[in-house]
Amino acid sequence: MKKIIASVIAGAAMLAGASAAGAGTLEDVKAKGFVQCGVNPSLLGFGSEDQDGTWKGLDIDFCRALAAAIFNDPTKVKYTRLNAKERFTSLQSGDIDVLSRNTTWTMSRDSSLGLMFAGVIYYDGQGFMVKKSLGVSSALELSGAKVCTQTGTTTELNLADYFRSHNMPYEVVAFEKNEEVLQAYEAGRCDAYTTDASGLYAERLKLQNPDDHMILPEIISKEPLGPAVRQGDDKWFTVVKWTLFALLNAEELGLTKANIDEKKTSDNPEIKRFVGVEGDFGTAIGLTNDWAYNIVKDVGNYGEIFDANVGPSSKLGIARGLNNLWSKGGIQYAPPIR
Amino acid sequence: MAAGGHGADRRGSRTAGFINNPEVRGVLFQIAFLLVLCWLAWDIFDNTVRNLQKANIASGFGFLDRTAGFGIVQTLIDYNEAHSYGRALLVGLLNTLLVAGLGILLASALGFFVGVARLSSNWLVARIATAFIEIIRNIPLLLQLFFWYFAVLRSVPGLREKWTFLGIFHINIGGLHIPRPVFAEGATLVGAALLIGILAALIVARWGRKRLDATGKAPPSGWIGLALIVGLPLVVFFLTGRPISVDMPVFNDQGPLLRRGFQAGSGLTVIPEFFGLLLALSIYTAAYIAEIVRAGILAVNHGQTEAAHSLGLRQNQTLRYVIVPQAMRVIIPPLTNQYLNLTKNSSLAVAVAYPDLVSVGGTVLNQTGQAVEMVSIWMIFYLGLSLLTSYVMNIWNRRVALVER
Repeated sequence: MKKIIASVIAGAAMLAGASAAGAGTLEDVKAKGFVQCGVNPSLLGFGSEDQDGTWKGLDIDFCRALAAAIFNDPTKVKYTRLNAKERFTSLQSGDIDVLSRNTTWTMSRDSSLGLMFAGVIYYDGQGFMVKKSLGVSSALELSGAKVCTQTGTTTELNLADYFRSHNMPYEVVAFEKNEEVLQAYEAGRCDAYTTDASGLYAERLKLQNPDDHMILPEIISKEPLGPAVRQGDDKWFTVVKWTLFALLNAEELGLTKANIDEKKTSDNPEIKRFVGVEGDFGTAIGLTNDWAYNIVKDVGNYGEIFDANVGPSSKLGIARGLNNLWSKGGIQYAPPIR
Repeated sequence: MAAGGHGADRRGSRTAGFINNPEVRGVLFQIAFLLVLCWLAWDIFDNTVRNLQKANIASGFGFLDRTAGFGIVQTLIDYNEAHSYGRALLVGLLNTLLVAGLGILLASALGFFVGVARLSSNWLVARIATAFIEIIRNIPLLLQLFFWYFAVLRSVPGLREKWTFLGIFHINIGGLHIPRPVFAEGATLVGAALLIGILAALIVARWGRKRLDATGKAPPSGWIGLALIVGLPLVVFFLTGRPISVDMPVFNDQGPLLRRGFQAGSGLTVIPEFFGLLLALSIYTAAYIAEIVRAGILAVNHGQTEAAHSLGLRQNQTLRYVIVPQAMRVIIPPLTNQYLNLTKNSSLAVAVAYPDLVSVGGTVLNQTGQAVEMVSIWMIFYLGLSLLTSYVMNIWNRRVALVER
């Protein structure tokens, strides 16, 4: 709350000065020596901080990939903890360089918020979690249910739309932070807990007996999550966008953290362009030509970070599904580097 | 030439005298300061608008008419998803007013009680009051809020069970379920009768005081007043053909699990978020009010108590007629601060999902992205509430303040 007001006032008072002084976000980032990344502090698999202060998650690894592309050093990132309500103001006012916080790409955010989404890092959708003992097997049976959720997100609107379109009464109890949503749900204040399905898998792990709860099969909305930047800085937008594409292209080309050094000498022209042996793709976007090589070497490819953070082998155990590459039955598809 | 030069000098010294005049100078400086302030305010406003445009961020208050599309768990007025953002904010404002108003009443009652208890000559009572004050004042309000909310939640039965008191009060984790009055045609007449009854009771009470002053005998104006307030509406209620009925909460313990429990739309439900917030706000503020009350009572010279006792007044009479009226002069100004604090602290509501102005506004902000507008709405509402509270309290203060003759 305080943060919003502070940043609004700061934004109002100083925007003119700031925009006149800053040549461009990329130059600013290079000058200060780190990427300021707005992240979720408490969503397992996407953004969370360990007890010893190390950050983990898919969104975190994107920030690290960005730092690797610019500085060849994935540690040159500073994280700003943001709740759902603060995130856009923080980006608009220039507090952060990029918002990588499981944020849904919607039209109103592209238009009236002055944001640009650089792509989709995770195709998500809103779902419901209920206690197994409730004996419900479909979201369509939730008529009259009390539903807990977090305020300041698109979930409240999706929830209302879904229940209204199916003519089902409901009651929404909206908390500020997801810790309280989970506590209230566990205490039995609500019949169901709704948020993005990936979030439900993460939250379920925090419950005392995760096996007593189930995630209903219905996905009631499209939630393409991706990193966002401010409008009007095309250079920075291009860097963020291509960092995401590089992660995806690396997986498609079979380049991993382990084999990239060996593949660097490959005769495959696509790989040659990717690692910067051929062409000037890196310098063309204001980076060095080995930018994409650094991303994979320092952080890994998309498949690797997906598996490490949310995939079947991680605690969350989410299948690749829609997030698989287009060539493997999913819809993740990146334009080629050429 | 000399004469002309002399004249010019005189004129010059007259102007200098005008500028050197401290009163004129004072006014000039104030005008200059005001102009600078206005210019600064305008510049900030203008700058913001231009920068929002440059950054492609929507601005203006047009969004207030657009459909809100989200639900709110507690609404004092008719509201659903199809209503506008403006209406949603009004719902939030009323929820804030409800919890702040009731909180002020509860905090005052508890605060006065604890404040007097702390001065009690009974060792145990005084120590308990002291412990209460010290513990409550030294724990952050947000933690207390979580404590009370989750204490309320975890100590009551689940959604499919209930506790029942006196046959009509039902409690479970969904809240307190009570019968809801349903007003039919003619109910306004009953309401009017109630108002007339209260007015008449006030007039009777005044007449009673005058009689007491004149004759030394107190007529039973309390009983007459009660009869007026209760009797008059009752008579009208039956004459108009009982226009007010009650809608009982329906509890279902058959069928699928999700269908069991209290049925939506029946009876009146007071949500646990409201109780959690109300408890936390009242208890927290009561601890401060208790100290203010203690200070106020201690500020009254002990000689007053001795004088009252020597006149034959009993302890509680002394407190009621001698000490408290004088203590109020000291109590009211800091009490106003506490009332303002309570109202502002109610904005923590969003932490426990009570849909107050900040909570609803936050959702509106997120959906429209219009932070500057939304934050100004918040600021204007809270400022207005605070000024209104101060205004009322200042009137009260003037009434009890010492009148010097």
